[in-house]
Amino acid sequence: MSRELWKGNNAMAEAAVRAGVQAYFGYPITPQTELLEYMSERMPALGRTFLQAESELAAINMVYGAACTGARVMSSSSSPGVSLMMEGLSYIAGTEVPVVLIDVMRGGPGLGNIAPSQGDYNQIVHGGGHGDFHPIVLAPSSVQEAIDLTVLAFNLADKYRCIVIVLVDGNIGQMMEPAEMPAMQPLRTVYPDWAVRGADGHERRILSSIYIDPKDEEVLNYHLMRRWGQILANEVRYKGYFLEDADLVVIGFGTAGRVALSAVRSARAEGVKVGLFRPITLSPFPFAQIEALVDSCQAVLVTEMNSGQMLDDVLRATKGRKPVEFYGRMGGIVPFPDEILSEIHRLHAGELAIEDDPRQSWLKRIAPVIGL
Amino acid sequence: MEMTTAVQVVYKRPESLAGMPTHYCPGCTHGVAHRLIAEVLDEMQIREKTIGIAPVGCSVFAYNYFDCDFLEAAHGRAPAMATGVKRVLPDNFVFTYQGDGDLASIGMAEIIHAAGRGENISVVFINNAIYGMTGGQMAPTTLPGQVTTSSPSGRDVEQMGFPLRMAEMLSNLDGVGYVVRRSLHDPKNIRMAKKAIRLAFETQVRGLGFSMVELLSTCPTNWGLTPRDALQWLEDHMLPMYPIGDYKVLPVLAELKL
Repeated sequence: MSRELWKGNNAMAEAAVRAGVQAYFGYPITPQTELLEYMSERMPALGRTFLQAESELAAINMVYGAACTGARVMSSSSSPGVSLMMEGLSYIAGTEVPVVLIDVMRGGPGLGNIAPSQGDYNQIVHGGGHGDFHPIVLAPSSVQEAIDLTVLAFNLADKYRCIVIVLVDGNIGQMMEPAEMPAMQPLRTVYPDWAVRGADGHERRILSSIYIDPKDEEVLNYHLMRRWGQILANEVRYKGYFLEDADLVVIGFGTAGRVALSAVRSARAEGVKVGLFRPITLSPFPFAQIEALVDSCQAVLVTEMNSGQMLDDVLRATKGRKPVEFYGRMGGIVPFPDEILSEIHRLHAGELAIEDDPRQSWLKRIAPVIGL
Repeated sequence: MEMTTAVQVVYKRPESLAGMPTHYCPGCTHGVAHRLIAEVLDEMQIREKTIGIAPVGCSVFAYNYFDCDFLEAAHGRAPAMATGVKRVLPDNFVFTYQGDGDLASIGMAEIIHAAGRGENISVVFINNAIYGMTGGQMAPTTLPGQVTTSSPSGRDVEQMGFPLRMAEMLSNLDGVGYVVRRSLHDPKNIRMAKKAIRLAFETQVRGLGFSMVELLSTCPTNWGLTPRDALQWLEDHMLPMYPIGDYKVLPVLAELKL
């Protein structure tokens, strides 16, 4: 297979096709729409299901129904649309059926705008709907990684009977890069023993998220948490750059991580001992790996395209042992590498204090940057 | 002349109905509707390929009563869930069972669009003019003046709007193959209801698009009536608002000899 120029949204769609997705249900929303459009042509051409739903609410419930048949199914949307899907995601989690969702995040809250953002971190990583459960959340920072993680998403969803969300910002969805597609996998022909496909030759099967007796619901919650424990133990993914001798560690995911890498490279060229830690799984979050880094570094800089939603998870890992500083851009603004580089210079030069909430000093620094 | 008495079974539980003690209130017509569906599944010999979708409401546990595969949907989303199933398994038989709050209030978008798409699914719609499971609140189908726990002085249409006639509404959509209203208040109407369920299910099996049977039903508990009085109340008050009728029947279905 050769490298071709792929737009992120199209690339994730084709990756899902090659991973054997049998049905896609979605609703148009910028900056995700190309994914839906790509599927509208590709899926019927392969004899698979594509349906444009009347809303994201309907789309996720179509996904829910289709997932109950044991087929590989997915949807994609962007932030406001994903908010509408929270109901269905919770039911899917409670029913323990595998589902893949791609969230191409945009600026918010509310209608916000259509520019790239990472503002859905809390809703997706710490949320995903009401009740006790965790989705797996994968955060690519390039088109190639978006392809690879989309394929992985289907495999993890099947393995753990859970929801896997590929969380990308509009940048990854919209940009074009050379990338290589995986080989086409055949569609599934053997279905799991829980799949609802008609009680032909076996006892009836019921799939539901209702456990009316709290004792039964607690058993389900326990069961989900035990499974989550396996995911925590086996599925943490991340990538480190220049970390071996780093005094300063920058932590960022997705596009923010990628922009930070440019800044880290520039700082390295200047002789600053700085490295980048880029979480690939936001859930499960690489707490232990970050905690281990803290011992060998002097300070940490967290950079995000939001107001510091991942920052709270980093602070849980650093446990106040080293200074943690934050630099974020919000509202659909992508930081320039120079902005991160200035922060690296500042951390490199300065006497840093351990703050309870690094956002407070960041808000003071960012005000003139955004013209306030 | 010697008389012999042969023991003959004239009435038994349909095979598609599971042996499950009912959780429905005395006099509630859900049980009648369940039995009619099960009888039709038996007659059409489609139990093994049937996937039912239960709603949220009193019939949230509908899946307990049928000996076929079943899913339990989020409130109002059964038509979307059924769409997902049917699109992946077009050769299976897929039906939803929904109450008036589920279908005509929170699930209005899903039912309209499933019908509009001509989604090849069947819907059994139980209209009892009230929210049963949550204890008797106003439904979109509650009658003008009807007292409920959330319209304690009676439904004032100036404040709370007018009842929705779902069968009539859906009959305007091109994707609909069969939509009728029947009632469960007496044996004659129950027989008519069963025939309608059969025709709705035949609509799907023949790939003729969306089908729905609206069934007028009683809720003695939340209406505050005895089962017998509830049947009479349905006849006196619901029938004028919700006339029994065939609102859209494709000619090919009307000609069907079963």
